[in-house]
Amino acid sequence: MRKIRTYKEVQHSTGSEILEQVVDQLGQLAARLSTVGTVVAVASGKGGVGKSAITANLAAALAMRGHRVGAVDADLNGPSLGRMLGVSGMSLGDSPDGVEPPQGVQGVRVMSMELLQDAEDTPLGWRAPDFGKFTWRSTLETGVLREFLADVAWGELDFLLVDVPPGTDKIERLLELLPDLDQALLVTTPSESARFVVSKSLRLVQEAGVGVVGLVANMTEHECSQCGHRSSLFESGGAERLAAESGVPLWASIPFDPRLGASTDLGEPLVTKEPDAASSRAILALADRVAAAAQAGANTQ
Amino acid sequence: MKFLCLECDEAMDFAERQLPGDGTLAVVFKCPGCGREMAMLTNPMETQLVSSLGVKIGGRDVPAQPMELVRGSLEGGREDAFQEPANALSQDVPVAGVTNPADAGPLVWTPEAVDRLSNVPKFVRGMVKRIYGEWAREQGVAEMTPELMDQARTELGMEGM
Repeated sequence: MRKIRTYKEVQHSTGSEILEQVVDQLGQLAARLSTVGTVVAVASGKGGVGKSAITANLAAALAMRGHRVGAVDADLNGPSLGRMLGVSGMSLGDSPDGVEPPQGVQGVRVMSMELLQDAEDTPLGWRAPDFGKFTWRSTLETGVLREFLADVAWGELDFLLVDVPPGTDKIERLLELLPDLDQALLVTTPSESARFVVSKSLRLVQEAGVGVVGLVANMTEHECSQCGHRSSLFESGGAERLAAESGVPLWASIPFDPRLGASTDLGEPLVTKEPDAASSRAILALADRVAAAAQAGANTQ
Repeated sequence: MKFLCLECDEAMDFAERQLPGDGTLAVVFKCPGCGREMAMLTNPMETQLVSSLGVKIGGRDVPAQPMELVRGSLEGGREDAFQEPANALSQDVPVAGVTNPADAGPLVWTPEAVDRLSNVPKFVRGMVKRIYGEWAREQGVAEMTPELMDQARTELGMEGM
């Protein structure tokens, strides 16, 4: 059998080396985010736990504390962050140096697929061959998320929040793009099923070496608007148990408040509208913890 | 991805890229030793696999534009998603060979070329205009015509834009 030189033995570049081009892309991403103080992923792995509403309110809360904040909606197929932060229908500035994001509530800079699609009831679709979508769709959407992070002219930011869609694979996708992710907030509910899924996400971010990880328990209890009686929505104390088992701190317990979702869905995060509501206070306190952790990280560098 | 000429044991150089418009791709590589050429042909799915990565076989002729992948791939892009600068149609790029940007002449767009550009969906128009401008700069083109736009589109793999 004749000896054919291997890929690694052929040093000559033809400009077609795919891996090298991908590495370049990641280098450009890192360069873009060099003006961002702290990147925070708000994730869960589980769906329906309130990640996007918490992301929107946390972004607004951080901005209310005087921080410069950006927010990326990594949920390309079910975007909601644009609406929640009040940028629906706004345009992006087009320039060769990067796309200028619109500013929403409290001046938060937002990037979401919602800003690019022509109709809100249109499912995300790509101009590509119909056959074999499974072979390229995830790759393409990872590339689009990279562009949301790398091609937006974020400018100087103290915090960039990333709202990560359900599925532990989506957390992995983000970690591939942001291997030096500063903080991960894992949102759960007190339910056992949520604990089960979030524990997987927790292990992922821990093994990836994410600098700071905090747990957020959402919808922990409900306060009766008539008599003030508080009752748990879930019997299981899954969030506390997850914190105890993992040693990861529970940074916030956010009580259920129907106004949180209703107000945020209309582009008015509750922390801005009713900062004294119990859930708003919990999110404002969470913002302080996020900021304190970022400051602590900055002090050790 | 590298191509090796087995006769010469030389890595072949990228020579040419063509997108016929049917989703397929043809990329020509040439051996610097014996001059032998070969064409790599990909079917639509194979072409899509590579383009989904946002990379170019043969490397990039012009720098990547912001959000090039999503703008070139999204179905149903919002017409007013991107706001071009107010003077976008009169913004030009310097021509090649001019080392001092202050001395650079403007790229002139013929009325026919402007008309052609106005038919490009607004979702990608600003980006497409910049790509043509970058290409013109690389080629030393001072006046952009529809024919040159066709040439640039083929060379750069901008089918569908």
